[in-house]
Amino acid sequence: MNKAIMAALVLAASCAGLSAATAQDKPDSKPDKLKIGFVYVGPVGDFGWSYQHDQARQAIIKEFGDRVETTFLEKVGEGPDGERSIEQLARAGHKLIFATSFGYMDSVIKVAKKYPDVKFEHATGYKREPNVSTYAGRFYEGRTIQGTIAAKVSKKGVLGYIGSFPVPEVISGINATMLAAQKINPNIKIKIVWVNSWFNPGKEADAAKALIDQGADVIMQHTDSAAAMQIANDRGIHAFGQDSDMIKFGPKAQLTAIVNNWTPYYVSRVKAVMDGNWASQDVWEGLKDKMIQMAPYTNMPDDVKKLAADTEAGIAAGTIKPFACPIVDQDGKEVECKGGDQLDDGQIRGMNFYVKGIDDKIPGK
Amino acid sequence: MGLIEAILLSIVTASTPLLLAASGELIAERAGVLNLGVEGMMLIGAVCGFAGAWATGSTAIGALCGIAAGVALSAMFALATIGLAINQVAAGLALTILGTGLAGLIGAPFVGENIIAAPHLWLPWLTDVPLIGKLLFGQDALVYLAIGLIAAIAYVLARTRTGLILRAVGDDPASAHALGYNVAAIRTLAVLFGGGCAGLAGAYLTLAYTPFYAPGMTAGRGWIALALVVFASWRPGRLVAGAILFGAVSILQLHAQAIGLGVPSQLMSALPYLATVLVLVLISRVRRGGSVAPAALGTAFVPER
Repeated sequence: MNKAIMAALVLAASCAGLSAATAQDKPDSKPDKLKIGFVYVGPVGDFGWSYQHDQARQAIIKEFGDRVETTFLEKVGEGPDGERSIEQLARAGHKLIFATSFGYMDSVIKVAKKYPDVKFEHATGYKREPNVSTYAGRFYEGRTIQGTIAAKVSKKGVLGYIGSFPVPEVISGINATMLAAQKINPNIKIKIVWVNSWFNPGKEADAAKALIDQGADVIMQHTDSAAAMQIANDRGIHAFGQDSDMIKFGPKAQLTAIVNNWTPYYVSRVKAVMDGNWASQDVWEGLKDKMIQMAPYTNMPDDVKKLAADTEAGIAAGTIKPFACPIVDQDGKEVECKGGDQLDDGQIRGMNFYVKGIDDKIPGK
Repeated sequence: MGLIEAILLSIVTASTPLLLAASGELIAERAGVLNLGVEGMMLIGAVCGFAGAWATGSTAIGALCGIAAGVALSAMFALATIGLAINQVAAGLALTILGTGLAGLIGAPFVGENIIAAPHLWLPWLTDVPLIGKLLFGQDALVYLAIGLIAAIAYVLARTRTGLILRAVGDDPASAHALGYNVAAIRTLAVLFGGGCAGLAGAYLTLAYTPFYAPGMTAGRGWIALALVVFASWRPGRLVAGAILFGAVSILQLHAQAIGLGVPSQLMSALPYLATVLVLVLISRVRRGGSVAPAALGTAFVPER
């Protein structure tokens, strides 16, 4: 019996490693072919976060053809699994590795120190090495537009927000939404539900139902599936897509969606490696550089459409600042303004407070 | 629709897939076969159920496809564990891995496709009764199927000769064999039944819960169903209670958050699991707690010739 259980575990472990094993180098691959590895936290078919990263991977193949060879590992857990997968890619001869979730951060740094000749790109992290770059999108810029639209179309003045994990990226999104919404309706309310997962369609759907049942009439999410959009469509209220255009799942519900467009960045980084001028850097781009794009504005009156488009243009031009000072936290204390007339990037990236008007507490604080 | 009614409705939806999967596993385990592949069978049921409904536009055909897929996958398990007497734990784990991979493969073209959600029952007047109308008469068909199924299981296990034989095979396969019953055949049927239920539970997710398909969308519900069987100490009545409890805690924690109770959400998310552990501890304190764990659970039976 014990032997058999051992055998089962070995089998399970080797099967789990099997997908990674496809990364083993082919003996006949030419040395000048650049091998690029991708590690995704979700399934490529999540129609959200990992899907968009994979779109960029496919764009790389389209752009460089035979000169590149790509491998991707999907649904890789953050933690030991992530580290093992990243290291396996490095060992298998991948010279450029994109690790696309915040939770891979420490694993990337650890593996990068062991493989100094491999270049690493880590999405949404803040730790760097000479061979580790970081990149992220200014998602909060999209949230500012969403907050504006939401406050305009909400009849009850209650917004529902589905959060994944209470990390700064999500908190800054909630705050940006609230600040923008308050400009339209100073009494706007926001209800926040955390599902403690990036991808769990059933739970995201339940969260959407709970929010709607409690009076929210616009749903926004910082999770990766289209489940909430579907519920909103079903219940006849509005919602915003996340990471990808989700109009297919909510033809009557979707107002717009934040669409992550990684392609230009990924292509430029592959090119940099090929040209031999890749260097560690930290890139944080938004609407201006099109790393963030907005899906078409739908299901709203023309004046709101125009307001949304103007907000988008204003943010891209720098005339509208999502975190313009003064900003007051929920305890009524004014937040120190390190960036002159707006919060500086460090403050936004490390945000761990709610702004005034949010009647809730950040979990674990 | 009042808040309480809305909450009760969501609880029913959240409990149904768990109840379906756990009902099937209960029967398999009562026959002495431990099938840890529930998650894999649910996943394959989810994708095949979706594919069936997508191709035909019919929820019923989708549900049948989900059942068929679960049965097919469990047939492989039955062949390995009953036919070849391979270790059940190993085969079950392998089944989950296989199911996950296979579902991903089959499901690739269906990602991003849409179907119409399973229709809900609507009876004039009855469904409109406040509070209980929608709850009793307004669910989707699969909910009633799940309830009917567990009622039938309870009846068959406790009151019929079939149930007696099934339990005998799970408790003492050697004696059952000596009495002339075909242990292998009975166990195989039980495993296939379990597979069908798990497949239907998976199909419930893609047909009714969130009418789209995405890889890995069972998100561990198969493992919860397995735990529910133990939680229920192999009794159908307790299985219903367990499924509702689990569904209730997982829905209520979301509502508690939306109200703004200020309890850490991480703790809230862990609540259903903590509740399970707590009840297990309580049950075990009450002198076996009336548990009817099959004595031969997990052991292969090879008749001597």
